[in-house]
Amino acid sequence: MDLRDTQEEAAFRAELRGWLEANLPGERRGGRGGAQRFDDAFGREWSRKLYDGGYAGLTWPKEYGGAGAPYSFQAIFYEEMARAQAPGHVGVIGLGMAGPTIMAHGTDEQKQAHLSKILSAEEIWCQGFSEPGAGSDLAAARTSAERRGDVYVVNGQKVWSSFAQLADFCILVTLSDPDAKRYQGLTYLIVDMHSPGVEVRPLRQITGEAEFNEIFFNDVQVPVSNRLGEEGEGWQVAMTTLLHERGTLGFALTAALDVSVGKLLEIARERVNGDAGTRERVAAEWIELQALRYTNYRALGTLQRTGIPGPEGSAIKLRWSEQNQRLTKLGRELLGADGILDDGWWHHQQLRSRGNTIEAGTSEVLRNIVAERVLGLPRSR
Amino acid sequence: MDFAFNEDQLELKRQARAWLAERYPLDREWDAAQDDRWAELAELGWLGVSVAEDEGGVGLGFLEEAILLEELGYALYPGPYLGTIGFALAALGPEDRTAVAAGNAKWSAEVNGLVPWLRSVDKVVDMDGNAQDARGEELVSVDPSRPLGRLERGSGTPLPGPRDVPRARAAMAAEAVGIAQRVLELGIEHAKTREQFGKPIGVYQAVSHQLADTYADVELARSLAYWAAWCVAEDDEQAPVAAAAAKAFTAEAAVRACERSIQVHGGTGFTWEHPLHRFYKRALWLEGFGSRPSELRLEVADAVLGVPVGV
Repeated sequence: MDLRDTQEEAAFRAELRGWLEANLPGERRGGRGGAQRFDDAFGREWSRKLYDGGYAGLTWPKEYGGAGAPYSFQAIFYEEMARAQAPGHVGVIGLGMAGPTIMAHGTDEQKQAHLSKILSAEEIWCQGFSEPGAGSDLAAARTSAERRGDVYVVNGQKVWSSFAQLADFCILVTLSDPDAKRYQGLTYLIVDMHSPGVEVRPLRQITGEAEFNEIFFNDVQVPVSNRLGEEGEGWQVAMTTLLHERGTLGFALTAALDVSVGKLLEIARERVNGDAGTRERVAAEWIELQALRYTNYRALGTLQRTGIPGPEGSAIKLRWSEQNQRLTKLGRELLGADGILDDGWWHHQQLRSRGNTIEAGTSEVLRNIVAERVLGLPRSR
Repeated sequence: MDFAFNEDQLELKRQARAWLAERYPLDREWDAAQDDRWAELAELGWLGVSVAEDEGGVGLGFLEEAILLEELGYALYPGPYLGTIGFALAALGPEDRTAVAAGNAKWSAEVNGLVPWLRSVDKVVDMDGNAQDARGEELVSVDPSRPLGRLERGSGTPLPGPRDVPRARAAMAAEAVGIAQRVLELGIEHAKTREQFGKPIGVYQAVSHQLADTYADVELARSLAYWAAWCVAEDDEQAPVAAAAAKAFTAEAAVRACERSIQVHGGTGFTWEHPLHRFYKRALWLEGFGSRPSELRLEVADAVLGVPVGV
């Protein structure tokens, strides 16, 4: 056990810090996240810069355009990005979900076609999993894929799809065999979002922004060669995607939280002096952040030793989401009347945080996952 | 960065778990006096873990001691290991360290006017950092396996080392993690085997989600406890704030873990016969001894916000 950087890690950290200093304009720091970070050309341009600098896909194999670096470098990357308050790569779905799934299940053609373009932000990806009738219950997906010769004809509706308004491709879970047993009739497709019959409608959130969308598929033709895995094995492929969604998320989440806690400390220094009760609440948030940070490090230690993220990581998203809700509420409270000014950072953060316990697995589903897969309790359904 | 125990440390943890399980089982005679097996602890090398080899110790460090403290908490060990190793050892000189490693001296420390194990130890580090003979008035403790007393002071002998508060807190944090882990496991076992309405109660989310929440609590607590232990072992500048954070968080997590486990156990968990209340009382002891969680959080606030002006 050694919490200090190794020589290689320290060198990488210093190099990255210098690179961010040289390449990230001051006015691009400290954005409020949400839709704002994606709607301008800067997002793709900045992502391309990260790619050219060698910082996109740090842990991906070199043959796919990655850096082939150890997992600890990815952790350092998130820490330094948070420290510089730098906007992230726009290819969140591609980097975190589509890419790893293609690496695990894709054909050579699919890998060649997409992986390096995901890293360079030439391709933006979105995810078509949830439907109006299939939220937490993904196996209930009803978007149909009917095989006709060399194509699947796709019809149906997906919902809560971030980045769909910008996306070039979608990872889509479809029902190819409505008569099959549960979990066995699903097929996983890569869909070109510029195909005829694809329609994207933005969904406005409680923040007023539209980060995610509905996607409608009307007789969309998808080549059979765009299938990931075998027909009927979509469930297994989708589980790979979700494993990556929850497995590599921890450091990114904590990095974002680090920025928020930093801002909380700032306003507490300005506005709270001797009020012990409030000082204690602020300290509690700082402590919880450290608890999450070092839980990430422990999960990373397991990952480095075994190649599989440790089970402790499954608690991180659950606790992160609750903490973000608590601390953004506290930040706004500390601002007093200023906290209800409509363009305020804290106002936006607090509203946005209500989605944290719903997106990427509701807290209820995550508790089921912990209970069943980590604690070994009997299945609840 | 590598935040994982090495093979030797994991082996120490496994050995401690097995050794303690055999000697301190859940079905022991709880209300009878319990043997602290001090000579056996000395033989195992547990009393000289961080004592240098030329002083008769093993020459390892606080990380290994924290591993043992976690396991001692897990087993609800009754003896003054925490007092001797966690509270006193850092203050002692070479001769006293050798005596501790050999199992010839049990120590405790005076904290906020209270001395744990006052009647069963030989010496006490008092509030001013002096060594005192262990005598005084015995008080009633919330945890009968962890008695408390009030020191009757003599003139005392100055000790060479510091009253190492971060070390003491990190030690209590490690013990609290062991307590929390044990009652979580008891709750899981019960939820898997106890059937109601024709099913094990663990299928009901009202039950399983309480255990999932305890799991998250325990893992976060463990991370803080190991962080604090590493900082203490390495004499890192963050040791004071890490240990304050760890003690506050882990003690509260242990108390909550016990409370949820009692709830999951239903009426059984509320009986004297079931050992859960023993763990609960140890957790309450850890929460209350030394600085309370709210005081510790204010210390953390001073560290991260700065000390308030004019207060």
